[in-house]
Amino acid sequence: MLEVRDLSTKYVTRYKEDVYAVDRVSLKIEEGKTLGIAGESGCGKSTLALSLMGYYFPPLHYISGEIIIDGQNITGMKPDEVRKSILGKEIAYIPQAAMNALNPTRKVIDFIGDVIRAHDPTWTKQMIYDHARALFERLGLPAEVLQKYPVELSGGMKQRTVIAVAVTLTPKVLIADEPSSALDVTSQKMVIKMLRDMMESGFIKAMIFITHELPLLYNVADDIMVMYAGQIVERGTAKQTVFDPLHPYSKGLMGSILVPESGLRSAKLTAIPGAPPNLKNPPPGCRFADRCKYVKPECRVTSVPLYEVGHGRAYRCILPEEELRRAYEHGE
Amino acid sequence: MVNKGNPCLSGRGVTKIFGFGRHKTIAVDHVDFDFHEGEIVSIVGESGSGKTTLAKMLLGLISVTEGEIYFQGKKRDLSSGRKKQEYWRNIQAIFQDPFSSYNIFHKIDSVLLDCIRMRGGGNLPREKKVEMMTEACSFVNLKFAELTNKYPFELSGGQMQRLMIARIFLLKPKILVADEPTSMIDACSRATILDYLMKLRNETGMTLIFITHDIGLAYYVSDTIYIMEHGRFVESGSADDVILYPKHPYTRRLISDVPKIYEEWDLSTV
Repeated sequence: MLEVRDLSTKYVTRYKEDVYAVDRVSLKIEEGKTLGIAGESGCGKSTLALSLMGYYFPPLHYISGEIIIDGQNITGMKPDEVRKSILGKEIAYIPQAAMNALNPTRKVIDFIGDVIRAHDPTWTKQMIYDHARALFERLGLPAEVLQKYPVELSGGMKQRTVIAVAVTLTPKVLIADEPSSALDVTSQKMVIKMLRDMMESGFIKAMIFITHELPLLYNVADDIMVMYAGQIVERGTAKQTVFDPLHPYSKGLMGSILVPESGLRSAKLTAIPGAPPNLKNPPPGCRFADRCKYVKPECRVTSVPLYEVGHGRAYRCILPEEELRRAYEHGE
Repeated sequence: MVNKGNPCLSGRGVTKIFGFGRHKTIAVDHVDFDFHEGEIVSIVGESGSGKTTLAKMLLGLISVTEGEIYFQGKKRDLSSGRKKQEYWRNIQAIFQDPFSSYNIFHKIDSVLLDCIRMRGGGNLPREKKVEMMTEACSFVNLKFAELTNKYPFELSGGQMQRLMIARIFLLKPKILVADEPTSMIDACSRATILDYLMKLRNETGMTLIFITHDIGLAYYVSDTIYIMEHGRFVESGSADDVILYPKHPYTRRLISDVPKIYEEWDLSTV
């Protein structure tokens, strides 16, 4: 459904410095699958999402790579063209905290109208209303929300409305960036249920879900990709990445999970010391080397490729699989 | 839970009502509690359940409509500014948003110097103060030499929250109220912040009150958990009892709504 090959993008700051936020990322999502992207803040998750849509505007710049959505290569298209023919129709994006960006002076129906008219200005008010009503029924949202202002809605309802606006034109791929992190657990569950229903009924064909909450990601995603400093450091099924992480960084992430289940209290949370490297001049070797417990002198010298283990599993570390697993067992 | 110390902060029939007449909102409705010395307590509830209002009342930032709060066995008295200041020497807070916790015009030095002054160390020689500040910063793994002459906004969210803990380290209050201390920072820094808070509790024996909606966090850190719904405590008890054997339907629902990794997450009950 969506394929990305060696995509690299950078930010150019106002002092003309390059910040390499996404570095040679390749990914592939098949129809009906959800890909989860994990990683701490500032590791390039959101930038990757923006870059995936092929819609570049300063300070974000394209360097290299290819993006193929449903057989259509959108690399090299002009931003205006992308906006008209790709965004919303082929791929839709729900930015982080999107629900706070709703214009308080306009009704929900107007947001949907805006999306439709941006692609086809000939739609009449009645057509838009009928379409919106059908859409809300399909998504299991009450139709009276359409005539309300954002302030009249609860946080959870606002977030679900934002999702509905994003999928107005039935995109094939939906990118959800932290769609539930500002909500409490009950509203979060409703949002997740709505997303999952959309996937199950085939309303959207594939989804990319970005969050740093691993228990949530584990429950939503089929595959999980762990990002660190703009690179993919690990890729595998949700179960593999959570229960059998290979890269030391993923291992550290998994150690910070807090779930109300027995056994948690006796477990010790592991924190990863330090901060991610500055991406203006990324280190030549492994980018995680400065924070890694198992660092070796050669880690800092040569860059580490992503090793394919087979069955779609991959990780970026010079240590072999068995050695890593053994180290984790002894380390605890 | 280990043996409980003396009650440090207690409340009887504590109530807060906003507005009056038809527009009355009962934010906190006749709650009773006993927080003991050295105990870690969590108050868990959804948004709008009144947990932050309760925290503000504990801190003495807003008045109590009805009921009484007892501090170390005596009725709390905040009638004058001097008494308030005295009270705040004993109770301190860490808030949710580290970005708005600091005065952006004050340098980090002055934030920490204020704490030393509040503990009565205003007349100490400069070298002694620097030594104290360095010690506080190294407690949370920050380097004072790198922070001096900087402004709070030059730090990252996790660093700011750690600096907040360094403040608490200098002040050594008897009670610390942590209102969602980790909800704005991501999962990896969360463990660090919690570790420092626990370490601080172990060193100074203070009472820690967590206000949170994250049940996983509450379960991990606390001795006692209070579950709050619509301004009332619906269930309380030791962490293991409340989380592993919940009795009240609201507690059960909250726990079932949290995504888990070892059990199936049931999405049908929304």
